[in-house]
Amino acid sequence: MAETASATHVRHGSSIGQPLTRRDGVLKVTGQARYAADNHPPGMLHAALAVSSIARGRVAALDVAAARAHPGVVEVMTPANRPPLAQDPDDKNGPFVFRMEALQDDRVRYAGQPIAVVIAETLEAATEGAALLAPRYEAEAVETGLDASDVFIPQMVGPGAPAEARHGDVEAGLAAAERRVEATYETPAQYHNAMEPHAIVAAWEGDRLTVDTPSQGLAWAQERIAGLLGLPPENIHIRSPFLGGGFGSKGVISGPQVLGILAARLVGRPVKLVLRREQMYGPVGHRGPTRQTLRLGAGEDGGLTALHHHVRTATSRFDDFLEPAASVSHTLYAAPAIATTYDAVRLDTGTPLFMRAPGEASGSIALESAIDEMALECGMDPLEFRLRNYAEVEPMSGKPFSSKALRECYAQGVARFGWAGRPLQPRQMRDENGLLVGWGLGTATFPALMFQGQARAVIRRDGTALAETGAHDMGQGAWTALAQLAADSLGLEIDQVEFRSGDSRLPDAGIAGGSSHTATAGIALHHAGADAIAKLTELAMADQRSPLFGAGNMGVVARNGRLLRRDDESRGESYADILTRAGLAEIEGRGTGAMDPAVPEHYATHSHGAVFAEVKIDPELGQIRATRLVGAFAAGRIVNPRLVRSQYYGGMIWGVSFALHEQAVMDKCSGRVMNANLGEYHVPVNADVPSLEAILVEEHDPHVNPLGIKGVGEIGITGTAGAVANAVWHATGVRVRRFPIAIEKLLV
Amino acid sequence: MNRFDYLRPASIAEAIAAAAQPGSAYLASGTNLLDLMKGDVVRPARLVDLGGLPGLDRIELLPDGGARIGARVRNADLAYHPEFSRRFPAVAEALLSGASAQLRNAATVGGNLLQRTRCAYFYDPASACNKRAPGAGCDARGGENRLHAVLGWSERCIATHPSDFCVPLAALGAVVEIEGQAGRREVPLEEFHLLPGETPERESVLAPGELVVALRLPAEAARFAAHARYVKLRERTSYAFAVVSAAAGLRIEQGVIAEARLALGGVAAKPWRARAAEAALAGARPDAASFRRAAEAALAEATPSGDNEFKIELARRIAARALALAAIGTPERLPALPASPFAPVPGAPLHG
Amino acid sequence: MARIHVTTTINGEPMEFLCEPQQSLLDALRNNLGLTGTKEGCGTGDCGACSITFDGRLTCSCLVLAVEAEGHEIGTIEGMAQGETLHPLQRKFLEMAALQCGICTPGVLIAARALLEKNPDPTETEVRFGLAGNLCRCTGYDKIVRAVMETAAEMRETAS
Repeated sequence: MAETASATHVRHGSSIGQPLTRRDGVLKVTGQARYAADNHPPGMLHAALAVSSIARGRVAALDVAAARAHPGVVEVMTPANRPPLAQDPDDKNGPFVFRMEALQDDRVRYAGQPIAVVIAETLEAATEGAALLAPRYEAEAVETGLDASDVFIPQMVGPGAPAEARHGDVEAGLAAAERRVEATYETPAQYHNAMEPHAIVAAWEGDRLTVDTPSQGLAWAQERIAGLLGLPPENIHIRSPFLGGGFGSKGVISGPQVLGILAARLVGRPVKLVLRREQMYGPVGHRGPTRQTLRLGAGEDGGLTALHHHVRTATSRFDDFLEPAASVSHTLYAAPAIATTYDAVRLDTGTPLFMRAPGEASGSIALESAIDEMALECGMDPLEFRLRNYAEVEPMSGKPFSSKALRECYAQGVARFGWAGRPLQPRQMRDENGLLVGWGLGTATFPALMFQGQARAVIRRDGTALAETGAHDMGQGAWTALAQLAADSLGLEIDQVEFRSGDSRLPDAGIAGGSSHTATAGIALHHAGADAIAKLTELAMADQRSPLFGAGNMGVVARNGRLLRRDDESRGESYADILTRAGLAEIEGRGTGAMDPAVPEHYATHSHGAVFAEVKIDPELGQIRATRLVGAFAAGRIVNPRLVRSQYYGGMIWGVSFALHEQAVMDKCSGRVMNANLGEYHVPVNADVPSLEAILVEEHDPHVNPLGIKGVGEIGITGTAGAVANAVWHATGVRVRRFPIAIEKLLV
Repeated sequence: MNRFDYLRPASIAEAIAAAAQPGSAYLASGTNLLDLMKGDVVRPARLVDLGGLPGLDRIELLPDGGARIGARVRNADLAYHPEFSRRFPAVAEALLSGASAQLRNAATVGGNLLQRTRCAYFYDPASACNKRAPGAGCDARGGENRLHAVLGWSERCIATHPSDFCVPLAALGAVVEIEGQAGRREVPLEEFHLLPGETPERESVLAPGELVVALRLPAEAARFAAHARYVKLRERTSYAFAVVSAAAGLRIEQGVIAEARLALGGVAAKPWRARAAEAALAGARPDAASFRRAAEAALAEATPSGDNEFKIELARRIAARALALAAIGTPERLPALPASPFAPVPGAPLHG
Repeated sequence: MARIHVTTTINGEPMEFLCEPQQSLLDALRNNLGLTGTKEGCGTGDCGACSITFDGRLTCSCLVLAVEAEGHEIGTIEGMAQGETLHPLQRKFLEMAALQCGICTPGVLIAARALLEKNPDPTETEVRFGLAGNLCRCTGYDKIVRAVMETAAEMRETAS
């Protein structure tokens, strides 16, 4: 029987925990889902960016006349004529406000920086116009590597965590150790490379602006744009119903997006500006490179005595974001003495930004490699060593974990993967074709964060409901998961709930980042639904004509569109009847989702996992292939197993990519990224990706938040990168400490 | 990209006349040309679309065992042609190991021969490149050159030719048929591509306006069908250019190599026919020692052009691997991952 | 250079448009014809998001000039469903959650359909190889591959 284009679902019982198909799925599989660049308002013009080919200096001249003369070009926007901004784009008035280039002057701070915008009738004319500008520069010498001269000790790293942390006496711990390992690991600069390039369609009407652009943070974007333009936030309407991936790069508004808005202002017509793929390597963030030195000490019995995780990383010359790679060492392994320290250099590059598992991804590949190196020193199996150093409480703070089913993750992962019989020594295993085989393990971890979110729920007279919050679905399935949570909170079937999202006019749902979105927005919806039900209940209980009259607030349960007496569920009535009798069209509830500050005071809140990887390597040629991955993850309550599994898979592939494939190759002299395209910047193709398995380990967390939800979007990278690195060592006996692992490093 | 005049001639003579004018480029599938134009690497004022020309898209299997392939034949069509792939399995394997299904469906035989290098400095208009702008210099020389040439390079240029297809073609002695204003001529593939020398901007022997009309594989080339393989080393399991690659063909008679063919890819500005290695193999036993000797001969003149010394050893190893796989024999069916070290090997496991 | 008038067939329907010679087919589909289901991910043939069929052959529309569509048959994602009835691949992708952000999805579906039309009984490796030109940054590919395999099995059964 053919499936119709408006698919319906079949489920039993509660929506939460059901593997429902995506609500937005039909739109996506038929090509009807409208992403930002798919919009084409009447009168629209196309804008193309011209970007700098030098990394430092100034633009001395632009051939504006040549660009203007090109048929179809309507206007050229440069620092000379761009509409004024109310705020300097370099003003930092908040922690998540990043300096951007919006044509404020002729300075060049990194290669790929926007230096002009050409606006034309067609995309081709705009693009060619940009080429005809033929910029001339005054170039200065650049610094691009981690050994640059401008070294400093940062106070804060990542999204505002203290850089230095100490617990116990690391030097004493190392001195007293029976065994010591000191190793330095290097991770490259990486770019998010979401498949959807950043895009914006901007349309002005007087002082009101409507913008179609992918955003992981609608409220932030609205505030930032409003501030720059000197307008009240309510004048800015941002629509972001669909994002083609974000991974952090769409969390803050970027210079190019602001330029699209200004271009529309300049020409008085709607403007569409879409970044070309090569323009995604500069103005929209990246993961900064790191060089990490791990020093470990262990006693006779394999117990860690000390752990020092030092990170050198890089930021731009004009703003700070430092990859917080050492954070994993705060939480993963029980050592009586732990220290994490940083230093950093300023480079002639764009400013880094949070990129999927910022800190955890880069830090865990180093830490998990070092742990394995120490396990080898101690003559212990890597799993045995990790269990020996299992942290029952958070090592740095001493706090108990709100939940930690990591032992179950190890146990279930090991059983499914088949770890038994793994030789301790490397280069012992081959397959039937003579390929080297290696097995490696990595522990996965990610903090369970929440931001602050709001939601609104409305029960209507016809018995259906509306749930809305400005949530962001960049592919993680937020729409579906959140709709499930909303439906359950309203005691309704999911098809009876209209779910609205992805629009700045809706309540602020918090940023879709930090794997926090389902918890934040979901709990806001949960409370909004509960609030609406509570108000409905009050109405009913006060009404003599209602079967619920006098039932008492706790004495009522909402199910299937009806309120029922808890003491006698045969007595109840429908939402529709309650509202009709009260003469109301609808009743509204509001809710907030935020972490209760008491929770992090008392508990350490993290998701955990264990990833097991198998790699095969050609012994002579060194080509590597990850052939099997099993990840077992514990992340509290799982709202939608199907969607969660997808997130784990996606994260695991990023982990493979981290270990084996992706890196930005920057020319040291020019500061340009030389592989700024998807042909040479290697993200895994599907033949790189082996059989994948994700085990959803059951975990119940009564503390972290009212729904016990922890995040799943980023954890997949964290154990996997290390597991693959360790598997490569196990296959070859060669310990490569620079990532991605290059073929030539494995030639013996 | 720049504005251009678009012509779609109906005859080869018309096409040649149009393309002989300076600033012209032939448009075959466009998978290389349009990519270069979008990147502002080339800016031809006139595009001559070959899509309307008759007679350039036939695959002819010749009675003497050879083949003649029209220049506009699509890579995928050639690779999946049952009789062609039976006679020239290494060529089919090389074709399938390249690019993606989308690109193989579009790319043409002629376009494959004439594709430009993937050197990042060639592709970057802001970088100095003697190929793009003679005399400008070569930024690859002191730059990111891990994958650049180790054979046949010069101070002016260290780029490599990225084609997989050309490697077994060179090994098998393919011949390129050319049509120009001066009439028709033929050039062995081995001589078709030029090494950079002092003039890296000259990549082939084609004069302005000359058109590749066909490629011919001689009858002798079919005699290696039972022992012919292509192997490619790359940094992703599929859909990546070769770090190094090798095509090998053997004729084995009474347990001894009667004749060997060997060519290397990813090492130079042209597919590298290893004649010294072939000579070393004639009369030798098809064993690891012979293959190792041949591989050493093949790379005897290799020198690193930058941070790529490792490619020399890798090229030796892949040459030996291609010979070993060829000796084992052409598989019944092409592996699902063509030319991959991870394709299962019937018979002997790898030594290491 | 004057604009060129192109007459072509898209998803079985005759269509015409005016374009510049330097416009790509992808650009013409999206901007001239409003068929935005086909996406631009890279513009250089590396990602497959712009996959269409050109006379039934899978190809990247970003590397085809719009003028080359003259007289040929173009197939896009908009033509994959028959009215309200989804193609088995579309249905299976939904059932098996073989998509996340959805940007690569139209290209993957077009490529998968082309693959199955040529090879109705592919092995898993053949599917992975056949879809190698479609990059996905979200899903890890596993569900995509399984969805294609299951659809292949289903379609073989329906045919028999």
